Amino acid sequence: MRLSNFGVLEEAINNIDNTIKLNIYKKMYRSRKFEEGVIESVECKQIKSAVYLSIGQESIAAAIIEALGNKHYVFTQHRCHSTFLSLGGNILKIRDELLGLPTGSSNGKGGSNCLQIHENGINMFGHHGFIGENLPQAVGACFGSNKPTLCFLGDGAIEEDYIYPSIGFAVTHKLPIIIICEDNDLSILTKTEDRRSWDVSEVMKSFGIPSVNMADDPWSIYEKISGLFANTDGPIFLNIKTCRIKWHAGIGADKMHEWDRFSIVKEELLSLGLGSQLTVIEEEVNKEMDIVWDKKTLQQLLKK
Amino acid sequence: MGQKNLATTIKEITRNHLENCNGLLLGQSISAVGWVNNTVPDCKGIVELPMTDVAGAGIAVGTAIVGRRPIFVIRFQDFLILNGSQLIFYAAKVKELHNQPAPIFIRAIGTEGIGPCHSGNLHNIFMHFPGFNVFAPITSKEYEQTWDAFMNDNKPMMCSEHRDTFTNCEEIEDILVEDAEITVCAISVTRLEAQQAVKTLHGENVKCSFVNIFKLKPFSLKEEIVDIIKSSKHILVVDTGHEISGAAQAIAYEIGKKINKFVHILGVEDKTKCICEPYQNRYPDSEKIITKINNIIKGDYTCQKE
Ligand SMILES: Cc1ncc(C[n+]2csc(CCOP(=O)(O)OP(=O)(O)O)c2C)c(N)n1
Ligand SMILES: [Mg+2]
Repeated sequence: MRLSNFGVLEEAINNIDNTIKLNIYKKMYRSRKFEEGVIESVECKQIKSAVYLSIGQESIAAAIIEALGNKHYVFTQHRCHSTFLSLGGNILKIRDELLGLPTGSSNGKGGSNCLQIHENGINMFGHHGFIGENLPQAVGACFGSNKPTLCFLGDGAIEEDYIYPSIGFAVTHKLPIIIICEDNDLSILTKTEDRRSWDVSEVMKSFGIPSVNMADDPWSIYEKISGLFANTDGPIFLNIKTCRIKWHAGIGADKMHEWDRFSIVKEELLSLGLGSQLTVIEEEVNKEMDIVWDKKTLQQLLKK
Repeated sequence: MGQKNLATTIKEITRNHLENCNGLLLGQSISAVGWVNNTVPDCKGIVELPMTDVAGAGIAVGTAIVGRRPIFVIRFQDFLILNGSQLIFYAAKVKELHNQPAPIFIRAIGTEGIGPCHSGNLHNIFMHFPGFNVFAPITSKEYEQTWDAFMNDNKPMMCSEHRDTFTNCEEIEDILVEDAEITVCAISVTRLEAQQAVKTLHGENVKCSFVNIFKLKPFSLKEEIVDIIKSSKHILVVDTGHEISGAAQAIAYEIGKKINKFVHILGVEDKTKCICEPYQNRYPDSEKIITKINNIIKGDYTCQKE
């Protein structure tokens, strides 16, 4: 059974400044609200192409990018809305990309699973549909530039054959790359127990890579990643157990998820007495989303 | 001293790129057995990729994304089936899709005479997919042009090489004869064979033209060559790869479209290449080209195996 407190550091929430906690919450809330707008736009057929929603998984990118900033090379997986937004990608460009408009992040040519950012010092490279293909590319980019690199991929992608030799290369060349497995226990709709008997973290140990296996508690992720980074000069691996609330592609839901980290985080922050700060954040984000998803604006944009 | 051979030219271009231009050369077993037929210098910037080709290609593409203009060495073109995913579905796409180029120079080496293993010639596959330049240089000058085209552009370059041409020291000129009985357009190493065939036929008083095709994609023909081809009774395109859906077929179509005429092709038969005679199914040699030409002239178009 997967548990929401698996591997969680109980004290992490108390060790982190409130400002950082609120920043993480804001990233999560913004991603959630943005995707609620996506869902509405799919329902009213303004977004016509497939969408790969992050809903349920937002805490991972939020915590990691809060901890590391946005100066890394970032290679995302297909499910990348929350990574795009947490990194500080232009929200109108992601919206327009999903709408298929020339003002999108790839001029409307890529869509939900191919988002990219190359501006304001941020470098997020678009995924191209072969799950896990981004890991060898990330390793190559890291090797070629010697720039710290982040690579996100799923628990299905990590089963591809090109993953492990790429990790071996990163180990051999001591590359500063952080590999994050967003482990939602699903490859499309097939659970891990129906796919394999082995554990990714164990494989990573055999490579000698510092690795972490835990649930998507953002405070623990934040604390772990800050600590690990200070102590190694090669690749790092994080397997983060999380829950995808919506379908693999599209806006439906099977209600299979064991927890919703967003609700847990909100409860935690409320119980710490941060309610009024949350309200401020929510109001600010809601206002932003009213503008981003304003129906009339969308109609005009799509008419052009 | 004669002219330097193709292998030396490749080696010199590579050395300059690695030593002076922050370039990289990546591949598997680069230093093994003669440094890829003596085409790779022993210098900095050489990166071993000891792994599945799919991952190796991805790493090479990653270095291209960050501007290292890597040379990616594929010792045998058959491996392109594995390497292909990263090259075709990422490197060749990202410029058009994201305006983020991944300029990678793919040295894909064809070979012959080693039977069923590693003897495929697959440049046609890369002509099929959008985003590549595909050149098949077999002379030093052509290789320099291929390299310059790569350095002056952001597209991945599929450089289809052939082992049987590495010792070549000559530049190869077209032989343009008006009102020829046949014009032979040849690709890669078959150019050496076609040139030989045309010379032999000239000795037998058969009027033939010979056209070198080294830029496969984008493909174009100079006006003077179009005129020669137009004045020719028959046209034949010869390639190292399989005839079916191969480069010869694609180029025959392009030529045919230009001059509104049927164009014949000759390549490798639709069979596996095997190790011993008579099953080797090698790229067309001059003898086979001559037989094909004679049959075309006789009006017997169908014969595959004379
Ligand atoms: C190379 C390749 N094989 C198969 C697929 C089909 N496919 C698309 S998504 C997916 C599962 C991905 O699961 P995971 O990596 O865990 O990411 P998630 O969707 O769960 O976030 C598969 C098998 C693919 N896109 N690429
Ligand atoms: Mg998954």
